[in-house]
Amino acid sequence: MLESVIREQLAAVVGGKWFKDDPESLVSYSYDATPLYQAMPDGVIFPGSTQEVSDIVKICSKHRIPVITRGAGSNLCGGTIPLQGGLIVVMTRMNKLLEIDADNLTATFQTGLNTKQFHLAVERTGLFYPPDPSSMIICTMGGNIALGAGGLRGLKYGTTKDYVLGLEAVLPDGSILRTGGKLVKDAAGYDLTRLLVGSGGTLAILTEATVKLIPKPSYRKAMVAVYDDLQAAARTVSNIIANHIFPCTLEFMDQPTLQVVEDFAKIGLPVHAKAMLAIEQDGSVEDVERDLKKLEEICLASGAVQLNIAKTPEEGAKVMEARRSALAALSRLRPTTILEDATVPRSKIADMVLEVQRIAQKYDVQICTFGHAGDGNLHPTAMTDARDPEEIHRVEEAFAEIFEAAIAMGGTITGEHGVGIVKAPYLEWKVGEAGIRMMKSIKDAIDPHQIMNPGKLFAETRKRIVFQERTEQAGRDSASNQDQDRKLETS
Amino acid sequence: MNSTHEKLAQSLKLALDEDQLTNCMRCGFCQTACPTFIETGLEAASPRGRIALMKAVVDGLMEPDESFRSQMDLCLGCRACEPACPSDVKYGELIEQTRAAIAAEKPYSLPVRVVRKTFLQGIFPHRGRLKLIGKTLSFYQKSGLQKFARSSGAMKLFPDHLQQLEKALPDVTGDGLEELWSKAGLPYRRETIGSGSKLMVIPASGARVGRVGMFRGCIMDVMFASTNVNTVRLLRQAGFEIVIPEEQVCCGALHAHAGEMDDAKQLAGQNIWAFGEANVDYIASNAGGCGALLKEYDHLMHAEQNERLQQAAVRFAEQVKDISELLSSPGRPLMPIQAESANKTVKVTYQDSCHLRNVMRVQGEPRQLMQQLPGVDMCELQGAEVCCGSAGIYNLTQTEMSTTLLDHKMEHVEATGAEVIVTSNPGCLLQMKWGIERAGKQRIEAVHLADFLAGQVWIEDKGE
Repeated sequence: MLESVIREQLAAVVGGKWFKDDPESLVSYSYDATPLYQAMPDGVIFPGSTQEVSDIVKICSKHRIPVITRGAGSNLCGGTIPLQGGLIVVMTRMNKLLEIDADNLTATFQTGLNTKQFHLAVERTGLFYPPDPSSMIICTMGGNIALGAGGLRGLKYGTTKDYVLGLEAVLPDGSILRTGGKLVKDAAGYDLTRLLVGSGGTLAILTEATVKLIPKPSYRKAMVAVYDDLQAAARTVSNIIANHIFPCTLEFMDQPTLQVVEDFAKIGLPVHAKAMLAIEQDGSVEDVERDLKKLEEICLASGAVQLNIAKTPEEGAKVMEARRSALAALSRLRPTTILEDATVPRSKIADMVLEVQRIAQKYDVQICTFGHAGDGNLHPTAMTDARDPEEIHRVEEAFAEIFEAAIAMGGTITGEHGVGIVKAPYLEWKVGEAGIRMMKSIKDAIDPHQIMNPGKLFAETRKRIVFQERTEQAGRDSASNQDQDRKLETS
Repeated sequence: MNSTHEKLAQSLKLALDEDQLTNCMRCGFCQTACPTFIETGLEAASPRGRIALMKAVVDGLMEPDESFRSQMDLCLGCRACEPACPSDVKYGELIEQTRAAIAAEKPYSLPVRVVRKTFLQGIFPHRGRLKLIGKTLSFYQKSGLQKFARSSGAMKLFPDHLQQLEKALPDVTGDGLEELWSKAGLPYRRETIGSGSKLMVIPASGARVGRVGMFRGCIMDVMFASTNVNTVRLLRQAGFEIVIPEEQVCCGALHAHAGEMDDAKQLAGQNIWAFGEANVDYIASNAGGCGALLKEYDHLMHAEQNERLQQAAVRFAEQVKDISELLSSPGRPLMPIQAESANKTVKVTYQDSCHLRNVMRVQGEPRQLMQQLPGVDMCELQGAEVCCGSAGIYNLTQTEMSTTLLDHKMEHVEATGAEVIVTSNPGCLLQMKWGIERAGKQRIEAVHLADFLAGQVWIEDKGE
């Protein structure tokens, strides 16, 4: 509970209507889309301008109140859970698209803008903003930037971090910072824009952003390739890249996923197949047709047993629908769905999928793998039940081993969801001790009182499971370590 | 915790389906489909938020205080969140369980109690009383009393929204479907079957493609009896023999939405029995709100001890179809009237009935039926899938939110340039008429799909 003098000050900044600390508001901002986590804030505030954000932060800074910035609360890394209480700053009132600059091919907006709305507005002008997180119907652009969101088009077009040119942000002392601009080239000092992208609300509150746009591709076409051998599917991915073709979408589903999706959607998926690739290309008609022809050849040469090429755009949409229905299908199977985000170099996709299947078996948990094969970003997804602590424990152990495996293959603990709480214990596995030290020095310098989204990014690092020499002992050690974390946090 | 809250918390713990609460994975995909979230932007006013609040009460994180209760009341129950949910959470069941617990544990204020009891128990289930109201309303409209009430300024004693609603009321005759049908001299016969059940049977026009039980509804049959007549005429023309079991009663939807589940079950049992006796292939509904509950009688009755009743409920639910489904198939295609001036087209838009779209999952058929007509220029309404704010008696209990939704709706209607707005549910139809009054756009006409189609297609019984 905030002191009444602080409540009054906060309410005065935004107007009484936009500051809330009744039980209903506190409960409804105590969670995001991450399973298993919940913690109560002390207040919720909805700023309407950058100046209001600055005034809010100044009050919080003076009184050392944690500040947790939030968009739609759709993230999967626990990034907006108020672990230590504090003030939730909901950015969704600041949702204006300020400008689409067709001369410079940029767009500038307030960060509470809905991603889907942004896409629609950009595409109406004949331009294109490629990053397309699966949650785009609800998520905000600010959330995408804060967590470095990706999406299905990452292989060809890159992810959010590749598009942000400039930012306006409020620092932990309340000062307002502007970085970058409508510039393709900018070499002036440290790249503060890049530093803030993916910082997960631990360094500043992002209030405005300028992103680059590209011309909208005029044509797209999709196909599906089916495999009775996982290696062949993986080989296809490598061969596609080796042939210098970059499909806009190159999605993978393993056999457990295929079976679950078919069970649910009944769309005639090859349930006996070991893997499926859904591929889409966009561009000019000539380029797409030429690429599709080549893709067909590569798939067959790499061992595809069946190919379906969409004859019409509607058929193409159906193909991608199969991939998109994966989450819906998986989430209907068991009460709790934990969707993870391990990423490996694309040459290691088959190894990684096999590892996930082995690990799932070892811990006796159900894990299906699908994801963005083209960029090596896999989503091993556990179907479980939050009410069964013993099973949840096994799921956590399995995921720890999956992250370990990903890193051992030269991969990373998150490709597009961000670190937040969930990946914090593994961050050091990825960036090393020096990496953590540098990150912490940056954090301490910018946010000396640790008010910005405390408890995120940095956590006590878990003991590593030695990937190559897996022993029962290693498993037990990690088990006792994990007991301490990732519990239902309530206060 | 105060003792009322404590009692309610206990009964919510018992009432709420824990599986459904757990199934919500909090992805938030429901939010952009939710009208109250769109209007307020508040997490608590979204399905994900409301489920989180329910769960917080069950987990003992918060008490079910006044604001909890009003948040549950603010939900329109439009169910737009359900098709949007990847996890297939049965939100409709959760909100009904919550409201039932609230209704049982915390008494409403005396005036609200009186209104609820009067309508839910005293009027809707009783056909005779409803008709009496119809006759009174008819008298009010025709005797000059209505004119007097309006011109004398007596109506000004009522709040604005009631004044506008009063103007939006359709002309009522006081006769129901059966009376209008027989008075018009249209063909039918009476049958008494089985254990003495009485049926009105209306023969198909031409070769028979099926036997349809007509669900005439309660308010529908008083306020919109002529729509019921048009529904039967269309179904006949499409090749159906129509059976109207006399013992049918109100569907119970208003009771279920108000949390009066025992009343709803009793009415359902009566309908299941009445239509079961009638031996029909399909049960036709022309009101999305009723149809949705009829379609869910199997869920409503799933906990019943009587196994035969349970099975009959499942069969009943399977047979329920919206008229647009029946007219599309298996019904014979309807023939458009050759308009005298063939180049004259009417511009039409369509507002979905939430329950027809989100629960019965019917959205294509009404549009296709209209699009197939050569004289009809059908233009899609932006946000047609968003609730209009009618939602049972929501427009009376939550007037502020209801009118906000309605005003936005009318802006979109205006943008289509349509002369006619078609709906598939009496509540939506009244709301549209009210919206037209509010916006002062009397050039736009709001009509039920059955009435619109009946004016556009060739029907054999014309002039009979």
